[in-house]
Amino acid sequence: MSIKFEKKPGLVIYLTAGDPDLATTRDMAIAAVDAGADVIELGVPFSDPLADGPVIQRASERAVAKGTRLEDVLKTCREIRNARANAGIILFSYLNPVVRYGMTAFAKAAKDAGADGVLLTDMIVEEAGEYLEAMRANDLAPVFLAAPTSPDERLKAIAENSRGFVYAISRVGITGTQTELAADAETLVKRLKQFAQIPVALGFGISTPEHVKTVAGFADAAVVGSALVALVEKTPAAEAPRAVGEFVRQLKEGGQPST
Amino acid sequence: MSPVETINRPAPAPKSSAPGRFGAYGGRYVPETLMAALLELDQCYAEAQADPAFHAELNALLQTYCGRPTPLYFAKRLSEQLGGAKIYLKREDLLHTGAHKINNALGQALLAKRMGKTRIIAETGAGQHGVATATVCALFGLECVVYMGEEDMRRQEPNVYRMRLLGAEVRGVSAGSATLKDAINEAMRDWVTNVRNTFYILGSALGSHPYPTIVRDFQRVISRESREQILAAEDKLPDTVVACVGGGSNAIGAFYEYLNDASVALVGVEAGGRGTALGEHAARFHGGIPGVLQGTYSYVLQDDAGQVSSTHSVSAGLDYASVGPEHAMLHDSGRATYTYAMDHEALEAVKVLSRTEGIIPALESAHAIAEAIKLAPKMGKDKILMVNVSGRGDKDIGILRNEMSLEGSEAKK
Repeated sequence: MSIKFEKKPGLVIYLTAGDPDLATTRDMAIAAVDAGADVIELGVPFSDPLADGPVIQRASERAVAKGTRLEDVLKTCREIRNARANAGIILFSYLNPVVRYGMTAFAKAAKDAGADGVLLTDMIVEEAGEYLEAMRANDLAPVFLAAPTSPDERLKAIAENSRGFVYAISRVGITGTQTELAADAETLVKRLKQFAQIPVALGFGISTPEHVKTVAGFADAAVVGSALVALVEKTPAAEAPRAVGEFVRQLKEGGQPST
Repeated sequence: MSPVETINRPAPAPKSSAPGRFGAYGGRYVPETLMAALLELDQCYAEAQADPAFHAELNALLQTYCGRPTPLYFAKRLSEQLGGAKIYLKREDLLHTGAHKINNALGQALLAKRMGKTRIIAETGAGQHGVATATVCALFGLECVVYMGEEDMRRQEPNVYRMRLLGAEVRGVSAGSATLKDAINEAMRDWVTNVRNTFYILGSALGSHPYPTIVRDFQRVISRESREQILAAEDKLPDTVVACVGGGSNAIGAFYEYLNDASVALVGVEAGGRGTALGEHAARFHGGIPGVLQGTYSYVLQDDAGQVSSTHSVSAGLDYASVGPEHAMLHDSGRATYTYAMDHEALEAVKVLSRTEGIIPALESAHAIAEAIKLAPKMGKDKILMVNVSGRGDKDIGILRNEMSLEGSEAKK
């Protein structure tokens, strides 16, 4: 298991695989790991990303238009794993591409590709029987989302069924950057910590070193997605890995909690 | 494995013990943020179901505001012209706002009031559900935002104006093919963001549990009435009931009370569009395979990588890549059969019904009429064919004018 957050601030980096292309995705992931990212979330592009804001919607659309398939993302995962044996890698997907591939076959393939875990955006704990079985059989970590709206009994089930870490959503809403961290965020992490024996990572709307620093004060890790994807969108492919590495370094260094 | 074999391989149903299943189909596949709201809705709906005051208020409004019961009309000239079965039309087109959609919009608005939600959102394809929702929001003084694909806003322009006249805000959606699926994505993004004060009035029998059940229950009134009406008129049940299927709310409403009447054949009619290739139609049972879209497990038109494909239909209300999960169950069990009508057949059916009976059906409903035109001549004169006319065609005048010449009887290519 390569999911661990050793040096504060813990940092999870989301990238939409296939945007701008798979080779660049691989190189950006490696650059992010080298710059201090603890876990890479490799996003499988989907035609209908209903939990995502405009930035990740556009990235998904570009990647789908290029014909990026789940198989391709698995191959990219393998390449990242070959290059960086100790990186944490999570496959991040909407359910349908996985159902189309077949849940059991997917879990096997994810393991073969060197992934540590899986996060399915539209999978809730009540529906997860077969999914959890497939994850267990392949020693993969299922990561569930926890929301500010989730009552305690749901947070408990989410914490108990997650492995690796729990992904706490900082605010009600879709993915995307924002200037201020929601007040919901710290409350949710505290509520989750009552039940979670594993690390809690906080995501949605985290885009600056200051945000990361704030999050490091109460959570085990910060997840940065849309801000990275927006950077990729405006950077030529050849320069993207360097730009991603530089941004991740800023997040890691600037995000150190003041003690 | 060749691409063809891959496409035809059915994906196994996710195993689940959670509620809201129709056989293998249905379920709740949503972002966690929405779960509290769905559970709250589930509970509120159960309480409302058990509350006589809720039913009394709903039924009084259905009667005095919406115009229920709707007539069951014997289409004598159409029956004679086709030379077979006696054709009866269930006239949902005569309801207030011009379609069956208000049955459900009214019921859900009452649930929203019960839950103390002050803001309503909805998606709409043809605009009929959007108009129905804008109408009940005006009636109850609720804020209303309707998401509509920009392509649908263009082709159903009169309904956009009606919604705005009723005080609703119509937000255009330009993503994807800018039709119903894209409007639902955007409505769900709004709901995730504003879930604390917002009620999502979903317009068809799809989405996450409990919506398919709630929508079906509010539309059941169609077959509850039609069953009594046909028994009163003919002293027997219909041999066949035909309805168009987009998401499937009018069809499930028209079928439901006949499910245990084994002698009654149930026929759903999907949009055949302009061809059989993926992207050219919206016939989920003729090219779709089971998958998860927008909260539910059902048949989905998709490619072999699990990307949802674009769809086409001349009728915006049927132009959707998935279908309500209860229809998926009825399809697999064989209790209902699903066929399709092409764009040109639906257009022709509009003209036939207009000229034989003086009834201009919505393009959606015209798909059911088109199937009746094929079926009736093959049935004996003692047989009864019931067609659900889910909506009226005024909204489609712009499309009809562009697509069809009134001189000849052939639709333009």
